[in-house]
Amino acid sequence: MAKRIDVSGLTAYYGSHKAIEDISMTVEPRSVTAFIGPSGCGKSTFLRTLNRMHEVTPGGRVEGKVMLDSEDLYGAGVDPVSVRREVGMVFQRPNPFPTMSIFDNVAAGLRLNGNYKKSQLNDIVEKSLKGANLWNEVKDRLNKPGSGLSGGQQQRLCIARAIAVEPKVLLMDEPCSALDPISTLAIEDLIGELKERFTIVIVTHNMQQAARVSDRTAFFNLAAVGQPGRLIEIDDTERIFSNPSVQATEDYISGRFG
Amino acid sequence: MSTPAVTDKRAGSLRGASLPKWFPLAVVVGSVAVAVAIGLGAGLDSKVQWGLIAAVLAVLVTYVVASRVEGRRQAKDRIATSLVWVCFLVAVVPLASLIWATAKRGVKVLDGYFLSHSMAGVADTEPGGGIYHALLGTLEQVGLATLIAVPIGVLTAIYLVEYGRGGLAKAVTFFVDVMTGIPSIVAGLFVLSFWILILKMGYSGFAGSLALAILMMPVVVRSTEEMLKLVPNELREASLALGVPKWRTILKVVLPTSIGGIATGVMLSIARITGETAPVLLLVWGTNFINTNPFKDPQGSLPLYIYQQYANSSGSGAAYDRAWAAALTLIAFVMILNLVARGIARWKAPKTGR
Repeated sequence: MAKRIDVSGLTAYYGSHKAIEDISMTVEPRSVTAFIGPSGCGKSTFLRTLNRMHEVTPGGRVEGKVMLDSEDLYGAGVDPVSVRREVGMVFQRPNPFPTMSIFDNVAAGLRLNGNYKKSQLNDIVEKSLKGANLWNEVKDRLNKPGSGLSGGQQQRLCIARAIAVEPKVLLMDEPCSALDPISTLAIEDLIGELKERFTIVIVTHNMQQAARVSDRTAFFNLAAVGQPGRLIEIDDTERIFSNPSVQATEDYISGRFG
Repeated sequence: MSTPAVTDKRAGSLRGASLPKWFPLAVVVGSVAVAVAIGLGAGLDSKVQWGLIAAVLAVLVTYVVASRVEGRRQAKDRIATSLVWVCFLVAVVPLASLIWATAKRGVKVLDGYFLSHSMAGVADTEPGGGIYHALLGTLEQVGLATLIAVPIGVLTAIYLVEYGRGGLAKAVTFFVDVMTGIPSIVAGLFVLSFWILILKMGYSGFAGSLALAILMMPVVVRSTEEMLKLVPNELREASLALGVPKWRTILKVVLPTSIGGIATGVMLSIARITGETAPVLLLVWGTNFINTNPFKDPQGSLPLYIYQQYANSSGSGAAYDRAWAAALTLIAFVMILNLVARGIARWKAPKTGR
């Protein structure tokens, strides 16, 4: 059920400002692809174009093609709402719904979309929480508010919420940057398990993390401040970290700039 | 490398001289005592003058003593603290004295009979009678105004925060701001000319509700707008990223998160219009009889009742007492609304604990 993403000639704007320019890449199904690069180079913007969240920002617009298997996400008549049901997202800061319990948070996607069978809800919530490695910690307090959990637990709750709607692709925007090393480890393990079922794209500032979790790594950079971000190269993670084909990548990874 | 010359006499030590904890209290008690003495000695009648003398004394003494003992920075800190306290008292004393005066005079005739009987057949100068007709009128008029203003106001706020971009939103914001400043008599005259003079509808509670709704709407829009803006964008994005349509996101995530604040805003706007007299005077007309139908014929209303009892008292104690009792009822009503609003806000507030 995981799907391939094929991006070609993608350019994204905020109003008149061009944030990323002419990006093309392929993301393989059932793999983890990591995006690395200095701050402001458009990694997150690019990630958000993959489930049409970019256009939620006022002034945000996109040119180019994003094929999900055989469908263009930006094709005529494509409903962004159905795109987001196929391509889920986990954000940098854990953001459980404060008015909802742990159970309701996980069930939120199904309930708010209105397409579920009541009898299945309990099973789906349990399966999703188990999928996010959170079940054992919260099974006795499913009716307590989700905001009472620790940061790492909240982030796993958000992952459970995202996988409960069974997306084909899971986008993660620096999911561990607000977490301590132990929670980070828990989420990295989780990513390893989730890639059996989903196509995963993860933005990270932590190069060890990219090396640990990803199969392929894409390096983004921008020529100068104010210039649009570009994809410098994408390759197998091992190659990027041992023998990249572009000098800028090696400089970045070895810490010579950025 | 040159280090700047240190002039502080306590250089090298982190401890400085400090005044004891009871110092502020002692200053206040002392200033009040001195102020009372001056007031009595100079024969000042007004207690306000006594209070002002005490306040000025307290601030001055605090500053002088603190700057001599503790140093200038601490003295400034203390003077700021005491100014804040004085301002607080200046704000609270009139409020407390108003409630006290109203309660003292209002309880005389305020009882079950007063709340459950109208003024039908009671001359203004006679004792007896009650506010049932006025209370009923106020409840109906305010209720109708709320039914009109709250949906429009909340939906306008949702438009402004969630959808509004560009010229239209700016224009709406501008006109809402202008509406906030409309004097109630103008709203009343507007409805009078439109509803009663042009459309030839009669005086009624509903006509009053229309004017009250005009007054209420901008308050509802403003407060709801502020509450919606407080909802973190991350929650909207989280919901959208789950594939939830925008309208459902607003309905199921944004509104529940902010419902406590919105309810508080609505209650406060109700409290604001409950005491309006001018539009009621122009449009509802007032009556001494019970009229349960807000859509036909004049109705009573509490603020109007207070005004009429006071204006027609012609020195009669009975009408005077009724006016105070009605005022107390009005204040109590507004206070209960506020408490309800706080209750709702607390009950609906996003939960934290484990």
